[in-house]
Amino acid sequence: MPFEGLVLACLAYVALMFAVAYAADRAAARGRVRWLDHPLVYTLSLSVYCSAWTFYGAVGYASRSGLEFLTIYLGPTIVFCGAWWGLRRLVRVARMHHVTSVADLVSARFGKSNRLAALVTLIAVIAATPYVALQLQSVRLSFEVFATDPRGMGGSDAFGGTALWVAAGLAVFTILFGTRNLAADERHHGVVTAIALEAIVKLAAFIALGVFVIWGLADGPLDMLARINRASMDPGVQQGWLLKPDRWTALIVVSGAAILTLPRMFQVLVVEAADEERLHVAGWAFPAYLFAMSLFVLPIAVMGRELMPASANPDLYVLTLPAASGQDLLALLVFLGGFSAATSMVVVCAIAVATMVSNHWLVPAWLALRRIPAGEDTDDLRGFVLNARRLAILAVVATGWVYHQASGGAAALAAMGLVAFSGMAQVLPAMVGGLLWRGANRKGAYAGIGAGFALWMGLIFLPSVGVGGDLPVLPGMDPWTVAVALSLAVNTLAFVGVSIFGFPDPVERFQGLSFVSAIEPLRHSRTNRADDRAEPLLAMARRIWGPDAALRHFQAEARAQGKTGYLPDLTPSFLTGLERRLAGSIGAATAHAMIDRVAGGVALTVADLLQVADEAQRAKEETQRLEAARAELARTARQLHQANDKLTALSVQKDAFLSQISHELRTPMTSVRAFSEILMDPQLEDADRQRFAGIIHQEAGRLTRLLDDLLDLSVLESGRAQLTISVVNLHDLITRAVTAASATRPERGFLIDRDPPSEHLGLITDADRLLQVLINVISNARKYCDAEHPVLTIRVQRPPGGGAVIDVIDNGSGIDSGRQSLIFEKFARLNDPARAGGAGLGLAICREIMLNLGGDIAYLPGQGGAAFRILLPQRPPARSDAGRGAG
Amino acid sequence: MTGDRPLFLERASFRRRRLGDAARVLPVLAMLLMLLPVWWSPVSLSYAAGAVWIFGTWAVLIVAVWLLHRALLRSEAATLRASQDPLHPAEAPRDRTRDPDAV
Repeated sequence: MPFEGLVLACLAYVALMFAVAYAADRAAARGRVRWLDHPLVYTLSLSVYCSAWTFYGAVGYASRSGLEFLTIYLGPTIVFCGAWWGLRRLVRVARMHHVTSVADLVSARFGKSNRLAALVTLIAVIAATPYVALQLQSVRLSFEVFATDPRGMGGSDAFGGTALWVAAGLAVFTILFGTRNLAADERHHGVVTAIALEAIVKLAAFIALGVFVIWGLADGPLDMLARINRASMDPGVQQGWLLKPDRWTALIVVSGAAILTLPRMFQVLVVEAADEERLHVAGWAFPAYLFAMSLFVLPIAVMGRELMPASANPDLYVLTLPAASGQDLLALLVFLGGFSAATSMVVVCAIAVATMVSNHWLVPAWLALRRIPAGEDTDDLRGFVLNARRLAILAVVATGWVYHQASGGAAALAAMGLVAFSGMAQVLPAMVGGLLWRGANRKGAYAGIGAGFALWMGLIFLPSVGVGGDLPVLPGMDPWTVAVALSLAVNTLAFVGVSIFGFPDPVERFQGLSFVSAIEPLRHSRTNRADDRAEPLLAMARRIWGPDAALRHFQAEARAQGKTGYLPDLTPSFLTGLERRLAGSIGAATAHAMIDRVAGGVALTVADLLQVADEAQRAKEETQRLEAARAELARTARQLHQANDKLTALSVQKDAFLSQISHELRTPMTSVRAFSEILMDPQLEDADRQRFAGIIHQEAGRLTRLLDDLLDLSVLESGRAQLTISVVNLHDLITRAVTAASATRPERGFLIDRDPPSEHLGLITDADRLLQVLINVISNARKYCDAEHPVLTIRVQRPPGGGAVIDVIDNGSGIDSGRQSLIFEKFARLNDPARAGGAGLGLAICREIMLNLGGDIAYLPGQGGAAFRILLPQRPPARSDAGRGAG
Repeated sequence: MTGDRPLFLERASFRRRRLGDAARVLPVLAMLLMLLPVWWSPVSLSYAAGAVWIFGTWAVLIVAVWLLHRALLRSEAATLRASQDPLHPAEAPRDRTRDPDAV
């Protein structure tokens, strides 16, 4: 095939790609994204994984190492088997946080640290540059195959410019379609659609070649298997093809990691994913794509070995086989397939790496130099970001080209695929740990990625470019496997170890929670930039509530914020309130979606979140404080109420007491006055005079007794009574009391029932006071007992705790249960007619005495008559007034 | 919040969760299928017979993932239906067979 024809076909193909990308971008701009968003397009775009390294290199790899090449596809297959719970979570979290690259994801998880992102970007750049160079090399080599005799592989300087032209064209394409917009979600419909088309070209070319090899060159699958068996009989091949389990495992792990961490894979897998539902298709369709791409690799390799001269480059069997067989069209198709593989890889890789470079290197540096406050002058910033990205794309592609030129297109590039894979795999522990483990923190990520990066540089990257030698390992071990295992192990251990002993700041902890639980960091926090987004919200609210209600609500909100007019600031609290109010009209989910769309889905910053939390905390504390104050007030009011009740009761008591006392004093005074007036009559008879003077004397005595009692009572009540403490025998005391009381109503013959042995108790008490109580109680019994044959029973017991219990019981009718509580009150009189000169203070005095002595006196119900129980302690309290209150 | 959870899940949710468990087991199974044979006997897996085994296993895995995702999609739809039927949330699938008009 003439070289010009090849160039023409190539240009036509490139033009087609431009047209497709342009059409897709236009359709997306007009909102017609239905077929662009189809899961199959997404799945096909994932095929950017199969770069020229796999398109050409897989056959060479298989020809050298047999089935080992499959690991590159089996790793991603295993990862995609977990698409539903693993990748879905990754996509969800990344979309929630509007992640733009793998560096952005790691930095967002670990407290939005830009330095961490810059470190990841550095790894990505170092790993990607030789990889891009590899693609350029493959394109150059494929041109050479066509332009020279396929059987005589001569290096020709005439094609030195090919790589440059290809690099320039790719840079233009990438800049045109990769930096058209600066959308929040960083999706590139044009690029993705073009890549999906290229994926179809790749697959079709490879399958066509495979079919040609199996059914054209060989004689069907069984014949092919036989040929594979024959080929493996060769001792050299047998040795080379023997699988090494450790290397096999390491390759599967690294390629599984690569599908997640390679910048271009993260771009198409996560950033370009509109939602997580498409993983339902990609979960099985992408492994199927890889399956189809690798099914014919071994047959092509075996057939190449059989048919091509030993000097032919196995990496180019896919081209040289059909060309040597005279299948020019098939060769052209395969050439275009390889061209597709190389270009799609370079384009997506350039976009992904350039995004990282501009976002994590250029823009932070520029902002630091300019020192402009963030948020101001956003148009200017937008222009700068786009230009930075264009510059970064140029730089990435140019660096790849320079590397390609410098390395001279040596075979050393072939190993670059695995070098890049193992380099980006160093990000995996921090990435997976950050998604699954809340305890992972920034210092751990630094330690893990840093250690892994250093080991990778020293053990894998530098040896691969000829600096330093391979790791010295035991014979039989594979240096690359050891290096990968060592770097990943140290990486993971450092990450976990440092994380365990670190303590992250609040921002990082919030982000960690959000990542691990896959929940929104905060639902309604948007930047409160200006009124320009409050207005669409007002328009939306008007459509839902009607003009007046919406205006009223917005005006009230603005006034609450201290603003005039109708447009409040978009604070989190305002948006939350608005969303809740809207939810009342149209349902929560719809309200959220509408607010999100109108107000813009800028994720809430953690600072906002902290502020909200602070406000909530303050409100809660204020409420608690008020609640406490209220309870305190209520308690005080209750106490005041009680005190008031008590004072009122005391006042009533005092009034009653005064009127009682006046009455008690007045009655004898009246008699004294009346009889003394009569005595003043000179004609009074002596006998009468004698009688009236007796009455006056009697009444005066009553008055004296009353006053004595009152005085006594007041002294006792005030607790100032003087007690004369001595040791007494209770038996003697009772005897004296009975004798003294017999003066009361001596006409009644009382039978006194005593138990003398039990009465001999020694007590330490005031004998006179106790005697007074006993006389009073016994006299009362004599006064009030209404039995025909009165019997007075006196019993003494000694309680276990010492002291004495004296029961004085008569056989009268006793006291009604309703009045039993009254008898110890002052002036309590149960039956006036029978009283003999008492003022009604006797039992009140008795009770005060007993309280002063540390004992008590109580009415004992249910004894068949009036019964009193006197309780006495072994000794009176140390201070006579200790146990007594004021009343 | 956990107190609000019912003791027994509805039929649809229960099934969806078990499918979720299957989705977690599948990658582990895939990894074992791809790694263990190579460790046990590298020689027998290195050549033509090994290619047949690996590609066969791979194809089975792809079909398994496809079946799993189809089942997951269906059970998600069933859960959605069940949650949207306020009258008979727990018995939505049975109601559907009885009443063909139910959505």
